Amino acid sequence: MTDSLHLWLIPIVPFAGFLVNGLVGRKLPRALVSAIALIATLIPFLQVANIWFHFSSISKPYVENLGSWIVGGAFHADFALQLDQLTMIMLLIITGVGFLIHVYSTGYMAHEDGYWRFFAYLNLFMFFMLTLVLAENFLLMFVGWEGVGLASYLLIGFYFLRDSAAQAGKKAFVVNRIGDFGFLLAMFLMISHFGSLSYHDVFAVVAQHPEWQGGFITVIALFLILGATGKSAQIPLYIWLPDAMEGPTPVSALIHAATMVTAGIYMVARTHAIFDRSPFALSTLAIIGAATAFFAATIGIVQTDIKRVLAYSTVSQLGYMVMALGVAAYSSALFHVLTHAFFKALLFLAAGSVIHAVSGEQDMRVMGGLWKKIPITFVTMTVGVVAISGIPPFAGFFSKDEILYQAFISPNGGKILWFVGLVTAFLTSFYMFRLWYMTFFGENRTPEAKHDDHSHGHSHGIHESPLVMTVPLMILAVLSAIGGFLGVPEGMWGHNEIGHFLGPILDPASRVVGEGPELALAGLSVLVGLAGWAMAHYFYYMKPELPAKLAQQFSAVHRLLENKYWIDEIYEGLIVTPLLLVSRYVLKGLIDTGIIDGAGMAAGGTAQGLGALVQRVQSGNIRSYAGWLAFGAAVLLVVTYFGFTAHFSVR
Amino acid sequence: MLTDSILTLTTLVPAAGAVVVTLLPRKGRAVQWWTLLVSLVTFGLTLHLPFHYVYGQTGFQFEENYSWIQNPAIRYHLGVDGISMWLVVLTGFLSVLGTLASWKAIKSRTKEYYFLFLLQQTAMIGVFVSLDMFLYYGFWELSLIPMAILIAMFGRERGPRTALKFFTYTFIPSALFLVAILWLYSKTGTFDFVQLQAALSANHSLLTAKELCWISTAFLFAFAVKVPVFPLHGWLSDTIFEAPTAMAMVVAGKLGLYSILRFNLGLFPAQAREVAPYMIALSVIGVLYGALIALVQKDVRRLIGYSILSHLSFCTLGIFCFALAGLDGSVYQILNHGLSGSAILILAGFLYERYGTYDMAQYGGLAAKMPWMATLFVITSLSLVGLPILNGFVGEFLILSGSFPHHEVWVAFATLGVILGAAYMLWMVQRIFYGPQSTMVVNRSFPDLGFREQIALWPAVILMLVMGVASPYWMRAIDGAVSNLADTAAHTVSYLETR
Repeated sequence: MTDSLHLWLIPIVPFAGFLVNGLVGRKLPRALVSAIALIATLIPFLQVANIWFHFSSISKPYVENLGSWIVGGAFHADFALQLDQLTMIMLLIITGVGFLIHVYSTGYMAHEDGYWRFFAYLNLFMFFMLTLVLAENFLLMFVGWEGVGLASYLLIGFYFLRDSAAQAGKKAFVVNRIGDFGFLLAMFLMISHFGSLSYHDVFAVVAQHPEWQGGFITVIALFLILGATGKSAQIPLYIWLPDAMEGPTPVSALIHAATMVTAGIYMVARTHAIFDRSPFALSTLAIIGAATAFFAATIGIVQTDIKRVLAYSTVSQLGYMVMALGVAAYSSALFHVLTHAFFKALLFLAAGSVIHAVSGEQDMRVMGGLWKKIPITFVTMTVGVVAISGIPPFAGFFSKDEILYQAFISPNGGKILWFVGLVTAFLTSFYMFRLWYMTFFGENRTPEAKHDDHSHGHSHGIHESPLVMTVPLMILAVLSAIGGFLGVPEGMWGHNEIGHFLGPILDPASRVVGEGPELALAGLSVLVGLAGWAMAHYFYYMKPELPAKLAQQFSAVHRLLENKYWIDEIYEGLIVTPLLLVSRYVLKGLIDTGIIDGAGMAAGGTAQGLGALVQRVQSGNIRSYAGWLAFGAAVLLVVTYFGFTAHFSVR
Repeated sequence: MLTDSILTLTTLVPAAGAVVVTLLPRKGRAVQWWTLLVSLVTFGLTLHLPFHYVYGQTGFQFEENYSWIQNPAIRYHLGVDGISMWLVVLTGFLSVLGTLASWKAIKSRTKEYYFLFLLQQTAMIGVFVSLDMFLYYGFWELSLIPMAILIAMFGRERGPRTALKFFTYTFIPSALFLVAILWLYSKTGTFDFVQLQAALSANHSLLTAKELCWISTAFLFAFAVKVPVFPLHGWLSDTIFEAPTAMAMVVAGKLGLYSILRFNLGLFPAQAREVAPYMIALSVIGVLYGALIALVQKDVRRLIGYSILSHLSFCTLGIFCFALAGLDGSVYQILNHGLSGSAILILAGFLYERYGTYDMAQYGGLAAKMPWMATLFVITSLSLVGLPILNGFVGEFLILSGSFPHHEVWVAFATLGVILGAAYMLWMVQRIFYGPQSTMVVNRSFPDLGFREQIALWPAVILMLVMGVASPYWMRAIDGAVSNLADTAAHTVSYLETR
C-alpha cells in the first residue's frame, strides 16, 4: 500500500462543516445548513467505508505524519494519525452511527431555534471524536479527548437559557476536567519515563522492558483510569452523565451513548500494553466497572424520566465494558462498545421519537398506551429493549454474555464479578422492560388538552415521526438485531469475527477460547434476562398498581434509589461547599483581604504619609518619587550594614 | 538601513507619537485616530523583527551599541533575542488592541490619556530591548509612572488610592533594585548586560557570595512584585479592578517575568537555583490560591485579576524548574497570557461600556441577545483554561510536563489548577451569558459587537487558534534563547537542535 489514505480528511471535513455553519449558518436557510452538516459527515463515512473495503491490503499500523505541533526542549508531539484495527472499528461506529444521527436530527430539530448552531456543534463533535481515535500519540488523543468534552458542553447547554441546561453543561465539563487531570498526569509520567507520547515509541519502550511490572506503571495506569472514569462516566465521576440529558435527544444518542462516553474504553484498550503490566490497575478497573454497572442499574429501576433511565442504563453498560477491560478481555469490551452503539443509539433516538410524539414530555408516568399511535417507533424500540436485555439472538446478548463469560473464566476475573454482572443483567432487563411497558402499554395517561410551549412547540396530538427520523431508527434496529453475529464465540458454534479482527493488536496470546461452561453460563444469563422481563411484565402490565405500593412499603430503599443515593448531595456537601467556603472566608476574607491586603494598605498608608511629607518639603510628584528612591536606598544600606546578612548564605 | 536601527525606531515611535498628541485638538476623534495610526506603525515595525531574525543563532540580534556617557560607563545598548523579540511584537500588537479598547471607554481628558498611553508603550518596548542596566532601569521606571497616573485619573471608583497602592508596591522594590544595580556597577565597572554576564560567569571573585545573594534578591523582589508572585500580589486585584482596560491588559506579567528570565536566570543562575525551591512552592500556591479566590468572586474584573495571578504563577513555576521544555512553555505562556488575558479584559470592557457594571449577579442569559460577544467570550475563556488546539494549552502543557520530572508532587498540585481554571471561567461564562435573562438584560438592549469591536477581537481570536496549532513557529526562536538558561542535563537537549 503505497498511496496515501489521506486520513486527515476524515476529521477535517466535519471541521470545515463546523466552520461554515458556525460562521455563516445563522444566515443560511435550514435546508442548506442541514445539507452542509450531512455532507460533512457523509464524506468521512464514505471514506471510512472505502478504507474498510480494502483494509486487508493496508499494512498496519498505517501512520500519517502531518508535521510538528508542539516542540519544547527534548519533547515533541506531531500531528500524526494512525490507522489500525482498533481505530477502524471506532471509525465505523463514529461515522456510521454519527451520520444516521445527523439525518435523524434534521427531523428532530426541525422546529428548533438555533438549528444552525446545533449542527455546527454536532460537526465539531465529529471532528474531535475522529481526531481522538485517529491520533497516533497521546497528546493528539487528548485534543480529541478534551474537544469532545467541549462539544458535549456546548450541546448539553444547547438550551442555554434554561438554568438547568447551563448548569449541566458546566458540570459535565468540570467533572470531565477532573478526569483530564488524571490523563495529564499520566502523560507527564509517560514523558519522564518513556521520553515520548507517540504510541509507537511508548509501546516499544514498554515492550523492551519486560521487567517493568507494577510500580510506576501502576501509577500511570491508575491516572489513566481516573481519566477513563471521567469520560466514560464511571464511579466516582459518573455524576455528570445523567444531568447531561439536558441536551437535545440526538446529542444524548450520539455523544452520551454511542461514541464519546466510549472514549475511556477506547483509551484503556489502546494502552492495554501498560495495563497488562499492572494486575492491580486491572483489578481496580474490574471493580470500578462491576460496581458502576450494578449501582447505576439500581438507580435506573426507579427513574421516571425516560431519558434518565437510558442515561443510567448507559452508565451501567459502560460499567460492563470497563469490567471487561479489567479482566483483560479488551476485544470483548470493544465488541460491547459496538453493539451498545447500535442499541443505545437506537433506544435514545426512539425515546426522542416518543418525546417528539408527545410534544416534549419526558415523564413516563404520563405516557402509556403509545404503541398503536407510533408503531414504527414502538417496533424499533422493542428491538432495542430486547437487545439490551440480553435476549438472543439480538446484539446485546452476545456481547454482554461474552463479558460475563470472560469475567467468569479470566484469571483476573472471578465468580464475584461474574455474579454482579449477572444480577445487573437481571436489573437491566427489568428496568428496560419497565420503560417499555410504561411507555407503550396500559392506559394512555397523556393529558389530552396539553398545549405547552415546551421545546417541541407544536402539539398536534400524538403522531408518528417523519421518515427522516424513522429510517435511521429502522437501520439501527436491524443492526441491533443482527450486530451480535459479528462476535458469536466459538463456544456457541460461531466464528467470533470481531475477536479475530481485533485479536492481533488487543489480545494476549493466552486468551482463553471457550469450552466448558460457556453454554451453561449463556443459558443462565438468558434466563436472567427473561426473568427481568417477566418481573417487569408482572409489575407494570399485570399489576400496575403494585410498584407504588411496594415503594410505600420499602420507602427508605425507594427514597435512597430515587435520590440516587444522594451522591450529588454528598459531593456537594463534602467537596464543593467546603471548598467554596474555605475560599471565601479563609483565603479571600482572612488571608487576602486581612493579611496580604492589610499589609499592603499599611505600606500604602505609610507611603501616603511619607509621600505627603516629602511633598511638603519638595513639592511635586517627581520629587517625592526621588525622595522615595533615597529612602529605599537608605533602608537597604541600613539593612546591609547592620548584620541581617547572617541569615543569607550561598552554598 | 532599517535593520540597523529598527529597535530604536520601534521604541521611539510611540513616544514621538505622544508628543504629537499634545498638539492635536481636543475636539473630535483626531487623538484616537492618531494613536491608532501610531500603534499600527509601531506594530508594523515590530513585525520587522521576526521576519529578519536569524533563527538558530544564539545571542542578541538587531543590536545597537554605542557609548552614551563615558563616566559612569553607560551605553546605549539595544538588542533582542528569541525571548524579547516576541515580547516586543506582543507589545506592538497589544498597543493596537489597547487603542481600540479605549476608543469609547475613555471619553474625557483624551489627550492626557493617549499621551500617557503611548509613553507607556515606549517604556514597555524599551524594557524589552535595553541591554544596558541603566537604560533598562530608566524604561522600567518610566513604565510605572504613566501606569500609575492613568490609574489615578481614570480609575473607576477609587483611582488615586489604587494608583498609590500600585505605586508603593512597585516602587519600593524598584528603589532597592536601583541600589542593587549601582552596587553591581561599583564592583564590575559596567552596566552593560552582555559584559556583566561575561564578567560574572568568568570571574567568581568579583563579588562575594553574600553580595550576590543580596543583589539577586533585590532584583528578584522587584520583578516578583511586578509579575506578581504570591504573596506580593496585593496590588493586583485592585489595579485590575480600577485600571482602564488598556492598562489592565499590560500591567501584570510580561515585564516582570521577562526580567526574571533575563536577569535572575541570566546574571545570577546559581542564586536563582538557590531560591528555586521557594519560588516553585510560591508558584504552586499562587496557581491554586488565585484560582480558588477567583472561584468566589462576584465581579468580572476581580475574577480576571485573580485568574491572572493563577495563570502567571504557572509561568514562574516553569521558569524556576530550569527544564528546557518548562522554560519554553513559560515564555510561550507569557505570550499566550498577553493575548488571551487581554482579549478577555477587552470583552469584559465592552460589556461594561454597555451595561456599566462588572457585577455578574446582574447579568444572565446574554448569549441570546449578543451571540457574537458570547462566542468570542467563550473561545477566549477556553483559551485561558487551556483547551487543546488553542494557545493556552501549549504553554501550560510544556510548563507542567517539562517541570514534572524535577518536582513531581508540586507539579501534580499545580495541575489541579486546570480543574479549578475550568470551574471559575465557565462559571463566569454561565453567569453572564447563560441561564434565564436577568432583569437588566431584558430591560436594556444593546447591539452585539460592532465593527470596531470585531476588528479588535477577531485577530486575537484567530491568533489563539494559530498559536495553538503552529507553536513551532514561535518556539524556534524561544527555544534557542532559553536553552542556555536551562539545566544542561542530558534530557534537556533541544529537539530542535537535534534536527
